[in-house]
Amino acid sequence: MSEIRLMKGNEAIAEAAIRAGCDAYFGYPITPQSEVMEYLMAERPEKRTGMIVLQAESEVAAINMVFGAAAAGKRVMTSSSSPGISLKLEGISYIAGADLPCVILNVARGGPGLGTIQPAQSDYFQAVKGGGHGDYHMLVLAPASVQEMADHMPLAFDLAFKYRTPVMILSDGVIGQTMEKVKLFDQMPRSTEVPQWAVCGNAGRKNRIITSLDLDPVKKEQQNLALQAKYQQMRENEVRYEKYLCDDADYLMVAYGASARIAKKSIEYAREKGIKVGLLRPITLFPFPSAVIAELAKKMKGILSVEMSAGQMVEDVLLATRQTPQVPVKHFGRYGGVVHSPEEIFEAFLKHFNLG
Amino acid sequence: MNVNDIIKPENLVYSKTSLMNDRELSYCPGCGHGTANRLVHEVIEEMGIGGETIGVAPVGCAVMLYEFSNLDFVQAAHGRATAVATGLKRVMPDKFVFSYQGDGDLAAIGTGETLHTCNRGENITIIFINNGIYGMTGGQMAPTTLVGMKTSTSPYGRDEKWMGSPIDMTKLVSMLPGTYYVTRQAVHTPSAVRKAKKAIQKAFEVQKNKLGLSFVEIVSNCNSGWKMSPVKANQWMEENMLPYYPLGDLKVDGKLITK
Amino acid sequence: MAKGAIVVDKDKCKGCEVCVGACPQHVIAMQKDVNRKGYHYAYMKNPDACTGCSNCAIVCPDGVITVYRAK
Repeated sequence: MSEIRLMKGNEAIAEAAIRAGCDAYFGYPITPQSEVMEYLMAERPEKRTGMIVLQAESEVAAINMVFGAAAAGKRVMTSSSSPGISLKLEGISYIAGADLPCVILNVARGGPGLGTIQPAQSDYFQAVKGGGHGDYHMLVLAPASVQEMADHMPLAFDLAFKYRTPVMILSDGVIGQTMEKVKLFDQMPRSTEVPQWAVCGNAGRKNRIITSLDLDPVKKEQQNLALQAKYQQMRENEVRYEKYLCDDADYLMVAYGASARIAKKSIEYAREKGIKVGLLRPITLFPFPSAVIAELAKKMKGILSVEMSAGQMVEDVLLATRQTPQVPVKHFGRYGGVVHSPEEIFEAFLKHFNLG
Repeated sequence: MNVNDIIKPENLVYSKTSLMNDRELSYCPGCGHGTANRLVHEVIEEMGIGGETIGVAPVGCAVMLYEFSNLDFVQAAHGRATAVATGLKRVMPDKFVFSYQGDGDLAAIGTGETLHTCNRGENITIIFINNGIYGMTGGQMAPTTLVGMKTSTSPYGRDEKWMGSPIDMTKLVSMLPGTYYVTRQAVHTPSAVRKAKKAIQKAFEVQKNKLGLSFVEIVSNCNSGWKMSPVKANQWMEENMLPYYPLGDLKVDGKLITK
Repeated sequence: MAKGAIVVDKDKCKGCEVCVGACPQHVIAMQKDVNRKGYHYAYMKNPDACTGCSNCAIVCPDGVITVYRAK
């Protein structure tokens, strides 16, 4: 019988990690996500499931500890927020380049620079377009509730191992800090199986190497082609989204995470005024739900991308709707740490499409 | 008795360890890396732990160390080998884990990881090759480059006022309670090699008995970086490197050796 | 005196000469001709003096020397 609790997003995902059979967590304090490690340290999962929790000396050290544990074929994760994720990008590129699975939680905050500790969604490009060096992607999940913070944990591990890839859970300060009711799934056993590619000592077999290096450019190109094939697989099989009131809609909002929650309220305002607006909420940011957006665009008079940023996902919406150039695609968003209100979104919506 | 009578399997006294494959090493002729690589593999073979050992290769001259090894290996980002080793060891506490790093990797970009891995007393073995230069990238100044030493980025000799003095990372880590065995060796003469091998053996024994972190620095030549022949470089090392980086144990059984 | 002998993997020797000075019996010298990589390679110039002490082998960075000693 699954358990129902009232928890912060950061705590729910920490509890979910333990229950998802996570083997190890390596982290570093940074607002607004320190509760993840605090919860894990207080919970002492080593006693519950044997899960290792270690505070590293920096985000750089933490992601490289993740690299080590992932090389051993373990379910391993780290969490941080925007500036910390920037520090981890080299490590993430290595993890992608070495075909290793892991989960990275980013509870995004306002930037750039030290920025602010309030929420933002200005890490979209960093998360979806690679961020680090080289042609790679992370599979990116975007939870919009404390429930999804918990549910995305086992999903992220499964996808990470299915594709041997880093998976990012891109949350934000709102979702991380909000307390909501969450139904927690039952404890899953920690896997004891050592994957074929994992290093663990070459007893009785040929030795295994985990590396992202190849000085032979032709071989490195082959490896890159394999990575791109992996990403194509993800595009074909792993797109996830939520359609909300789209069937009768004349206008569409596209928003993920906290912005999606807020936009639903704006949609209510619009419908009260007889303007039929729907919402397409990407749950995977990579692979982006381009097809469904392209389809919906055919019957829309306008599309508004709502993001707490200067407009990043809007570019992918524009790409997705290039077959319907007649449908205007606009962006609205407070950012830098300000969380837009439903009213502001609604006003911007009216203005952008001359409905005011 | 002519030579062919002697060269018989039953008369074999020394041959290359089976834990290294027969690929040619990428190191320059006469480089201490090759000897150090071999000693680490010999010790692991003699302890019979090859089947439970994972090595972590750095970025630097030894970046392709795994190409010559029959051990499981992980190649780490520059400076991060000890963090990768920490990750490996924490999830596989019963396996043997060692990192093998150069002076740029361990004492420059990886300083944070080095100090904190040692401070946590991770139960791993760190092999640290100090040749006072960045070899792989073509001979640039490293944190352990001696004052006055010419390199491609200190062409007029390292200036202490401009770039500070050479870092003795081994002494630094010996101060941290987490380190159990800390020693400094060399591999340029037969006696030095024999001592270095004993030290590496001791280091892996410390790891085997879960006593804390074992740290073995090996002062080495860098022939192409120093622009000397191997024999001359070893001589130069004795006259210049060893006075600044004196050989011997710095810490045994968790206690500092006070000379 | 124990009788020893060494076998040098001619093509893997890089001609670094570190073994030459390591031999207490001055057995080793460098060949005039070169191996396929263009390195002069080590050989037993005075094979009779070799005692099979392994000094040369253990300092060889490329591990190209195998040592034998007659019982």
